[in-house]
Amino acid sequence: MPRESERPRRVTVRRTGPLLVEGPVEVVLEDGSVVCSRRFTVAICTCRRSRAYPWCDTSHRRRVGTAETRSDERRPDERRTDEGKAEP
Amino acid sequence: MTATSGTRPDTPAPSPPLPEPRGALSAAVVGALRGTHAVLPPARETERADAYGEDLHLALYTLYELHYRGFACVDDRVEWDPGLLRLRGDLERRFLAALRADLPPGGDVAEAMAALLVEPVMDDGNSVSHFLQDEGQLGHLREYAALRSLYHLKEADPHAWVIPRLRGRAKAAMVAVEYDEFGAGRAEDVHARLFADLMTDLGLDPAYGRYLDAGTAEALATVNLMSLLGLHRSLRGALVGHFAAVEVTSSPGSRRLARAMRRAGAGPAARRFYDEHVEADAVHEQVVRHDVVGGLLADEPHLAPDVVFGIEATGLLEDRFGRSLLAAWRAGRTAPRRPLGPPPVRPGPEGRSRDR
Repeated sequence: MPRESERPRRVTVRRTGPLLVEGPVEVVLEDGSVVCSRRFTVAICTCRRSRAYPWCDTSHRRRVGTAETRSDERRPDERRTDEGKAEP
Repeated sequence: MTATSGTRPDTPAPSPPLPEPRGALSAAVVGALRGTHAVLPPARETERADAYGEDLHLALYTLYELHYRGFACVDDRVEWDPGLLRLRGDLERRFLAALRADLPPGGDVAEAMAALLVEPVMDDGNSVSHFLQDEGQLGHLREYAALRSLYHLKEADPHAWVIPRLRGRAKAAMVAVEYDEFGAGRAEDVHARLFADLMTDLGLDPAYGRYLDAGTAEALATVNLMSLLGLHRSLRGALVGHFAAVEVTSSPGSRRLARAMRRAGAGPAARRFYDEHVEADAVHEQVVRHDVVGGLLADEPHLAPDVVFGIEATGLLEDRFGRSLLAAWRAGRTAPRRPLGPPPVRPGPEGRSRDR
């Protein structure tokens, strides 16, 4: 999609979700490696829980379950306490 | 655009064969399309039909297919045959009335959406993606893909019909998401094509319509809902609600299915389809919720109950489909109506088959 260079790139901030950046986007990670997404909009993880970091994979969502299921030991990566809230 | 299928310089995309009827309604539709059946069932017959049954849903699916790719040996112009459209309307009324009767009235958009935006910590026993992730065998994945192919081989097509019915922010956002679904300008990245590649990886035949006869009532109903909502401008709010429900629930489900594919040793194309949907739908969810749903309701606030209906109807039919799969698998039965058969014979070095 053509995008005029004089038009600022829009970044949309949401309190409880990812940062939405008009694509394509390159992200430089802490170790210096560079990853690129060419999507029209790119969702960048801000909760740091994503398993596809730096891209959002919806891991910020509030997890619901009983106390019993919360202590489930089968999948350690699924046992995260969650302070996040579902978005309005 | 032409109304008739004239000769074209290149080979036209082939249309699938007509399905085998499963009762009086689908027999009448298939017969009418073959030209062997002159009389279509009157409204009193559709009023008595099982609104979730396979006869009604195959009849409806077949009539809807005339708007997508049609059928081999059926004149493309019957898409606008008044008698068939009358019958389609009767079937749709029966289906819609059942959905409205089975869903709680009222509810607001924020609440309906919030219910989708939480992730269960663990499987409650009714989630197909959890089942496939935890205990899915290659056979289960093949059956799942064959049944889902009824939609995924036309992925995002039913939703494209809503575009001219939207304006401004909702339209711009809807088109952006659809553009992504259709490969962002690259034919090899069209999601329907990625799904065809997945099917090939799983030893399935990726030909369009190949598994229609294998499709259960529950599987057909999920696709019929999309066609119903897409084809009627009066149901644009419900189409948008449905699309939001699909996009919001897709990303975590796709992650589990990607894991299931890896566990079962499926090929790279099978894994890629779901990997792509984890990331793509995390973006689509945001855009659809805030700009498509938000934009539509800013424009036409009176459509809020329809948006809720679209969300809830999607949940109801997806739950029915999921339960039917899990009931079959837990009883050691196959889920499709027909055995899927052996993998198709691969074409020669000319490459993989395009949809035959």
